Amino acid sequence: MRTLIFLLRKEFKQIFRDKAILAIIFVMPSVQLIVMPLAANYEVKKINLAVVDNDKSTYTQKLISQITSSGYFRLQSYNASYDQAYEAIKSDNADLILEIPQRFERNLVRENKEKIFIAVNAINGTKANLGGAYLSTIISNFNNDIRMKLTVGSRFSQAPTIEIVSSNWFNVHMNYRLFFVPGILALLVTLVGSFLTALNIVREKEVGTIEQINVTPIKKHYFILGKLIPFWVLANVIFTIGLLLGRLVYGIIPAGNIGLLYLFVGVYLLAALGFGLLISTFAETQQQAMLIMFFFMMVFILMGGLFTPIESMPQWAQIITKFNPVRYFIEVMRMVILKGSTLRDVASQFVAVIVFAVILNSWAILNYKKTN
Amino acid sequence: MQAIIVKNLTKTYDKGKIQAVDDVSFEVEKGELFGLIGPDGAGKTSIFRMLTTLLLPDKGEASVDGFDIVKDFKKIRNTVGYMPGKFSLYQDLTIEENLNFFATVFNTTVGENYSLIKDIYIQIEKFKKRRAGKLSGGMKQKLALCCALIHKPTTLFLDEPTTGVDPVSRKEFWDMLKRLKEQGITILVSTPYMDEANRCDRIALIQSGKILSIDTPAAIINSFSEKLYAIKANKMYQLLKALELFPKRRNSYAFGEFAHATFDQTIDKAELKRYLEMIGLSQIEIEVIEPTIEDVFIKLLNKHNHAE
Repeated sequence: MRTLIFLLRKEFKQIFRDKAILAIIFVMPSVQLIVMPLAANYEVKKINLAVVDNDKSTYTQKLISQITSSGYFRLQSYNASYDQAYEAIKSDNADLILEIPQRFERNLVRENKEKIFIAVNAINGTKANLGGAYLSTIISNFNNDIRMKLTVGSRFSQAPTIEIVSSNWFNVHMNYRLFFVPGILALLVTLVGSFLTALNIVREKEVGTIEQINVTPIKKHYFILGKLIPFWVLANVIFTIGLLLGRLVYGIIPAGNIGLLYLFVGVYLLAALGFGLLISTFAETQQQAMLIMFFFMMVFILMGGLFTPIESMPQWAQIITKFNPVRYFIEVMRMVILKGSTLRDVASQFVAVIVFAVILNSWAILNYKKTN
Repeated sequence: MQAIIVKNLTKTYDKGKIQAVDDVSFEVEKGELFGLIGPDGAGKTSIFRMLTTLLLPDKGEASVDGFDIVKDFKKIRNTVGYMPGKFSLYQDLTIEENLNFFATVFNTTVGENYSLIKDIYIQIEKFKKRRAGKLSGGMKQKLALCCALIHKPTTLFLDEPTTGVDPVSRKEFWDMLKRLKEQGITILVSTPYMDEANRCDRIALIQSGKILSIDTPAAIINSFSEKLYAIKANKMYQLLKALELFPKRRNSYAFGEFAHATFDQTIDKAELKRYLEMIGLSQIEIEVIEPTIEDVFIKLLNKHNHAE
């Protein structure tokens, strides 16, 4: 026990002496939590629109002003022909082309029917998708307005229509920051927990201090605990900083029990630290450890449900996400913070994370023994 | 009593492709200063790592203080001190913190064994608040020795402690080892410097994982039975070429500014001088000299290579 306390004291001393690590622990998470949710915006705005108006009537004027006044579109150019507008897309000045045919107004009034052509530059998939969808919505709204006006006299013979009114639960204003911030926090805690553990142990290997330690009577499990406990504590500190920032900057107040969150983080960190420990048994240099970590982190981040919902992934990808501990953490964070879920609601995530912790740590310890 | 017993120790790397230690056997008496002398890659570090329980041998056995290096590795870790060739203390901790750390790890305190390290520690004490990474080479090495000694080990393993250290510090270091030996600590030390061999009680000459000879430095030098000549001339390369063609030559090689040579029978210095002048060399000096450990090493190496 005395040895462990001394190992911990040494470890903390080293951590607080290393300015780079301190920056990684305290500055980086704060900056990321403040900057990233503001910058990474799910709403697509400023879509550049090229219009080819072959009709030049009051209706087309109305339609175009309705589109530009929505705030999502920027009228980039007003072209004489489709070819000219296509040039604008080619030179990356426009994202969307809206072509209005000749006699648009006349046909609409006389024949109650007219077609509009939309061409989308799909190089940026998200922008193209959303831009196209926004434009369609605006046009169909415009269409409804016209129908209202044209059929105003025969109001009672109006065809039955279904109007859809939706209300957003748990995130009333569909504020994407509410689910983005907890997700980023989950990633940061994982990053610090596993990255720093792996790098720290590998550094001992690289410098050769581990040899010196191995010739002493220090027991293996004390050495490992001496490495894991400091980073477990640090990751919890980061988690706390993150929650505070979320509250101060974004006004996110967890709907559920904070104690439950900490309980989950405590268990989850065992898995994250175990992962770092496992990587450290494979890597001989910090560079190797970094590269291995980087690869896994990419997978964890992209398949964790932070940016794209897991439910919309293909079946095989959904199976892969089951092996991603970050996924469960992000789920629990969102469930508890936004929805106020209880222990019973997140029991399956708890089980998954415990299984991860047991497997990763046992594997790491087995591997650690083998190399010596 | 023997402090270290090594029997037929063998270690290979890369699944047997590289023979690092090849059937090595030797014994070190308690309180002896024993040197493993050999060039880089001779297998010295592998022997050290096996004896300090960091590496498992493929074949053979060894014991330190009567404890088997495989079965009783825990006991060995309690009693030995190890100073690896590469400085491997915590660079971001100060001298004092490193020393305290290693004392605690061995369940002791700096105060308890201070007498043992006092001579060495006072030389670095004024820098005790300085981080180990910021120390000079000689100071690092003194600190490493202090850390290896702080738990009063019975046996000390020093792997190339003087590599990369200036000549004055090297001499000081060997003086320190002598004082430690007087306190009854068994010391196994390795070095690639032949001139340091004389400071050991006994030495083992080692090359390509094999021991060529084990004896006291004096006896090893005595085993050099032939007369050794040191020859100097104005052109070294031509001199070596000429010596190789000299009919009675047994062996010849460059040795600093001289060429060392042995011959099949006692030769007349004048005869050799005439031969060299005939080839066109000038400023010729020929002297009979006492052989050094290095001469013995080169001789053994030649014999060893011929035998294969």
